[in-house]
Amino acid sequence: MNAEPNKNNDDNKKVTRNLLFVVVVMFGFGFALVPLYDVFCDITGLNGKTGDQYVSAEPIQIDTSREIKVEFLANLNADMPWEFKPLTNIVKVHPGEAARIEYVARNKTDRDIVGQAVPSVTPGLAAAHFQKTECFCFTEQVLKAGEEKIMPVVFMIDPSVDEDVHEVTLSYTFFIKPGSEDAKAETVNNQSIALSTPLAQH
Amino acid sequence: MSAVIEEHHDDHHDHKPTGIGRWLFSTNHKDIGTMYLWFSFAMLFVGGTLALVIRAELFQPGLQFVEPELFNQMTTLHGLIMVFGVIMPAFVGLANWMVPLMIGAPDMALPRMNNWSFWLLPGAFGLLIASLVMSLMGMGSAPNFGWTFYAPLSTTYGPASTDFFIFSVHMMGISSIMGAINIIATIINMRAPGMTYMKMPIFVWTWFITAYLLIAVMPVLAGAVTMMLTDRNFGTSFFDAAGGGDPVLFQHVFWFFGHPEVYIMILPSFGIISQIVPTFSRKKIFGYSSMVYATSSIAFLSFIVWAHHMFTTGMPVQAELFFMYATMLIAVPTGVKVFNWVSTMWKGSMTFETPMLFAIAFIFLFTIGGFSGLMLSITPADFQYHDTYFVVAHFHYVLVTGALYGIFAAVYFWLPKWTGNMYDEGLGKLHFWVSTISVNVLFFPMHFVGLAGMPRRIPDYHMQFAEFNAIASVGAFVFGFSQLILLYNVIKTIRGKSTEKATDQVWEGAEGLEWTLPSPAPFHSFTTPPTVK
Repeated sequence: MNAEPNKNNDDNKKVTRNLLFVVVVMFGFGFALVPLYDVFCDITGLNGKTGDQYVSAEPIQIDTSREIKVEFLANLNADMPWEFKPLTNIVKVHPGEAARIEYVARNKTDRDIVGQAVPSVTPGLAAAHFQKTECFCFTEQVLKAGEEKIMPVVFMIDPSVDEDVHEVTLSYTFFIKPGSEDAKAETVNNQSIALSTPLAQH
Repeated sequence: MSAVIEEHHDDHHDHKPTGIGRWLFSTNHKDIGTMYLWFSFAMLFVGGTLALVIRAELFQPGLQFVEPELFNQMTTLHGLIMVFGVIMPAFVGLANWMVPLMIGAPDMALPRMNNWSFWLLPGAFGLLIASLVMSLMGMGSAPNFGWTFYAPLSTTYGPASTDFFIFSVHMMGISSIMGAINIIATIINMRAPGMTYMKMPIFVWTWFITAYLLIAVMPVLAGAVTMMLTDRNFGTSFFDAAGGGDPVLFQHVFWFFGHPEVYIMILPSFGIISQIVPTFSRKKIFGYSSMVYATSSIAFLSFIVWAHHMFTTGMPVQAELFFMYATMLIAVPTGVKVFNWVSTMWKGSMTFETPMLFAIAFIFLFTIGGFSGLMLSITPADFQYHDTYFVVAHFHYVLVTGALYGIFAAVYFWLPKWTGNMYDEGLGKLHFWVSTISVNVLFFPMHFVGLAGMPRRIPDYHMQFAEFNAIASVGAFVFGFSQLILLYNVIKTIRGKSTEKATDQVWEGAEGLEWTLPSPAPFHSFTTPPTVK
């Protein structure tokens, strides 16, 4: 080290400073990937996220030459103590044709719980063409203790959807609104609520 | 800092500090390089032991020795230790030893940081291995989600020890970043007069580029594990769909780090082979500048191919095509390198000492790994190969017979320069032949069971895979224990009682500044810079 000229010390400091700057930038880049990913998925519709409420500007021509099978799924996040099911499992629609189906949700606990449903469409490339004019996922849903509620969805698949799309799956996952987690502990005590409702029949 | 160091600073003679302080407070690039190499060697046996537990379990179908839960911990820690504890520290150790000697510098540019970056590693791996020790003592599972630690396995479902793992990765990352800064500063500022960039040995070039890769991607890895940490403990939802996050995002962030990482683990080996093949062919390397440009191209391409690890996550076909073609493009600069090595040997006066044997085996076996990589790059085929033993066969061919064989070759090549004694050539050749035969017995059958559909990371398998798995396990045990030959040979060479002394040049065809120094290389070398013509 004694042989190292002073000029080198300054040069080394400069290189170190520059490289540390790159390190900080790249650390930030890792986090920047999070919003970049969301933007990218928004543009391409890649991760199956659907748009907000659809308002058609002009009448849509129904394409009767094609028929698309739409399947419905219901999921609950691990923390969500509700029951949740589609009342219709499959419908066949023509592109451009509006269809109405219903889900049913029931609050098994003895507390009021606020939930939010998040839709997801598979295949991802069809998501951008899956238009909902009415959906329980547009707003938070409140279910009182033991309450059951029919939740309708009105949707239409835009005729611009790719010709290769013959089947579309619409899946909802209900999440508990943060802050209502304490309801979870109560679930166990309320298994005995009678099941004489649409949920029990399906 | 201790008095030992102060004394060392004021001392112009070739006196070494003594006692444990020599190692704890070392700022000497040779001592730190030695510590890196021994650390890596120790971790090779730890990671190898875990691999043998895996192979023992897979010797027969059904559950024999370990429960599935422990099996998952074995595969996870085997991968993490081999990648971060063996290959990377060994390369940094070689860079510490050889880069200053090859460019005529007295030491690394930032010697104290050098000390720190080494001594973080025992802490990092202490944490990681502690999680396994606690698991064996029945105190909860060690990390069990595979070395790629995909969310939600590592976030929502990760065992408590995942936080040990996260801090361990943070420390490894800091260590690698500091090592890389040091290497870049050394190469930019400390070259001897006349050592222009295009006169640098290829090993220095490949490490120069590798260091930039490290600086670009290790912070992204640190970011990924930081997001995991906050997801697990502080209520964020980067990778949790329940809070608006996306687990697939984890794979993107991870592989944005992970793909350049696999080139970090092979480029220095390319450099080593580019030193060894000309030496034992007694020719200059064929296509020096094309080697430099090929290495740079590989480094650039490594940033735009990460999603080929994720073909089955449901990407649009355009993206799959892009990543498929970009991946195939990497075969071009890699092919340039392979052809250059072969052309260097062409009509050379070749001899086949142990380093050259490992180098030739590297070229042959790494190319097999490259070809199976090309098969995996084909998107529709990858849907069949994904997560099967074919992938395991592929990356073990490029990492064991690629990266690790490069390190073996380097150890035999430079050991006489480090110790002043020739290693035992007979033992070296024995190590080579036993290893090379057994490593193929170990990994080649994995291609077949993989193509037939055997999934990776599963402790049990269907009867139809039994024969090939039994063969692979036999190969594994022979390969594992054959590394004891290397350990014995290295210790014997260091003791130097029954080996001949090495000359300064060591190898007849060796060229470069490191061979102008005496053997063993003195504690302080190039205190006055040499002049390169």
